[in-house]
Amino acid sequence: MNFAATPARQGGFLRLGQYALQRLAWATAGVSILAVMWLIAGYLLTSSPKLANYATFGLIPTMQAFPEMWEAGKIQDATIASAYRLGMGMLIAILIGAPVGVMVGRIKWFAAYSNSPFQFIRMISPLAWMPIAVLVFATWDGSIIFLIAIAAVWPVLFATAAGLAKVDPAWFKVARNLGANPVQMVTKIIMPAIAFDIFSGIRLALGVAWIVLVPAEYLGVTSGLGYAIEDARETLSYNHLTALVVTIGAIGYFLDTMLVLLIKRYSWHRGG
Amino acid sequence: MSVRGTEIRIEGLSQKYPTRKQPTFNRVDLVSPPGEALAIIGRSGCGKSTLLHILAGITKGTEGRILLNGTEVTGPSPRWVMMFQAPHLYPWMTVTENVGVGLTFARWGKKEIAERVAEAIRLVELQDFAQANVQDLSGGQQQRVALARSLVMEPEMLLLDEPFSALDAFTRAALQKDVRAISKRLGFNIVIVTHDIDEAVIMADRAVIMAGSPGDIVHEMDVDLPDPRDRTDPEVQKLRAKLMATFQEAANYKKPEVSLA
Repeated sequence: MNFAATPARQGGFLRLGQYALQRLAWATAGVSILAVMWLIAGYLLTSSPKLANYATFGLIPTMQAFPEMWEAGKIQDATIASAYRLGMGMLIAILIGAPVGVMVGRIKWFAAYSNSPFQFIRMISPLAWMPIAVLVFATWDGSIIFLIAIAAVWPVLFATAAGLAKVDPAWFKVARNLGANPVQMVTKIIMPAIAFDIFSGIRLALGVAWIVLVPAEYLGVTSGLGYAIEDARETLSYNHLTALVVTIGAIGYFLDTMLVLLIKRYSWHRGG
Repeated sequence: MSVRGTEIRIEGLSQKYPTRKQPTFNRVDLVSPPGEALAIIGRSGCGKSTLLHILAGITKGTEGRILLNGTEVTGPSPRWVMMFQAPHLYPWMTVTENVGVGLTFARWGKKEIAERVAEAIRLVELQDFAQANVQDLSGGQQQRVALARSLVMEPEMLLLDEPFSALDAFTRAALQKDVRAISKRLGFNIVIVTHDIDEAVIMADRAVIMAGSPGDIVHEMDVDLPDPRDRTDPEVQKLRAKLMATFQEAANYKKPEVSLA
């Protein structure tokens, strides 16, 4: 489907609806294949006496775990706790990453000074910050949010800066010429020009943040999807464990799809 | 749309880049009465583009000043709008949104913007493309959008920096005529910088030739021709030949003495 050819903003969401439907069809087919493979693996586990203890890893026990976990409120509670941490971490990453990215993209000396320290800090695994975060922050929630933020800030920052670097400098000249003040320059010119890049950065950041969230929740906290997985492992309820893994995958996929739709919505690039 | 022109007065304007020994141009004086279409012609590097940028308030001169109806130009203003070689439209906006962007900056009401924009789009004959994505338009149509975006501000002075040089010959000729016709109808001043003699003859009431280094105005010539002007008209051809001869003469121009004091 060629989105670029649609007139700007005209029937944008209708097109997105069609796109979403098509995407859903492909997704269903792909996931079905995955489910069949899982079903076969589950069958093999059941039929082998050595591995029979792990039979609840299979697809059918996992599916059976969903309603009972839902009724007990386990999935909802874990999801809400994780979503809060993810949301706060992402919010902080965006609030810091986007403006600093604008500075890197717009101010030459700032870009020159910041490049090395940023690249250096970026290469430190977010999980390597964990002991420091635990020392610095009074609450477990605080340190997990910090870990998510420090993992997610870089993709947002660099995508914003790269987007700005591609912006035609004449757009600023024209806007100034037509009387734009500095605030309007940001809201009417810079933001729409790079919204696509920022959302692409957020999409990457979300992937990283979602990956960091679960191991971060293995430690200390007594809520969230990571904790629930650890809890399920300790209580040997493997079908609960796999149900949580599926939940994590499903939520991550849902969030990613939402962002892809946003990216499509704000993309004005041609031939992309 | 109601606009009127302005008296443009350039007084002793000099421009020198700190990295260069020679000034780009030195002590230029020029007066253009309200409503005049003035062409500044010259070879690349004579400083004509710089002069235009100073007129627009985008660049500052090192010496001298520019007065519009007696008020000094100190920065860019929607009262004088510049059109560049490329249209530089905003690709995330429709034609209508692009044309209205200056009025949005000035915080006009939605209804007034819609009315003014529709009128400007009619002036440049793009009614059928009002809701189109600007990336779907041809180069000429895009430059028309840029023109409408300038006209909607009802400027007193429209500055054109070789605005049609990237277009094909037919589109260029049509736009040259249209811009002149619109300026005469609305009464605003035009200052067009070009190295195209034809463009000057078709569009201007008066042409000044800049040459030398540092650049200076070495000749000026009234382009006293009836409208609409046609390239094939013998009168137009005659004036074109005369302007060309003057231009070539100017190319060999050497300033007798340069005093930088």
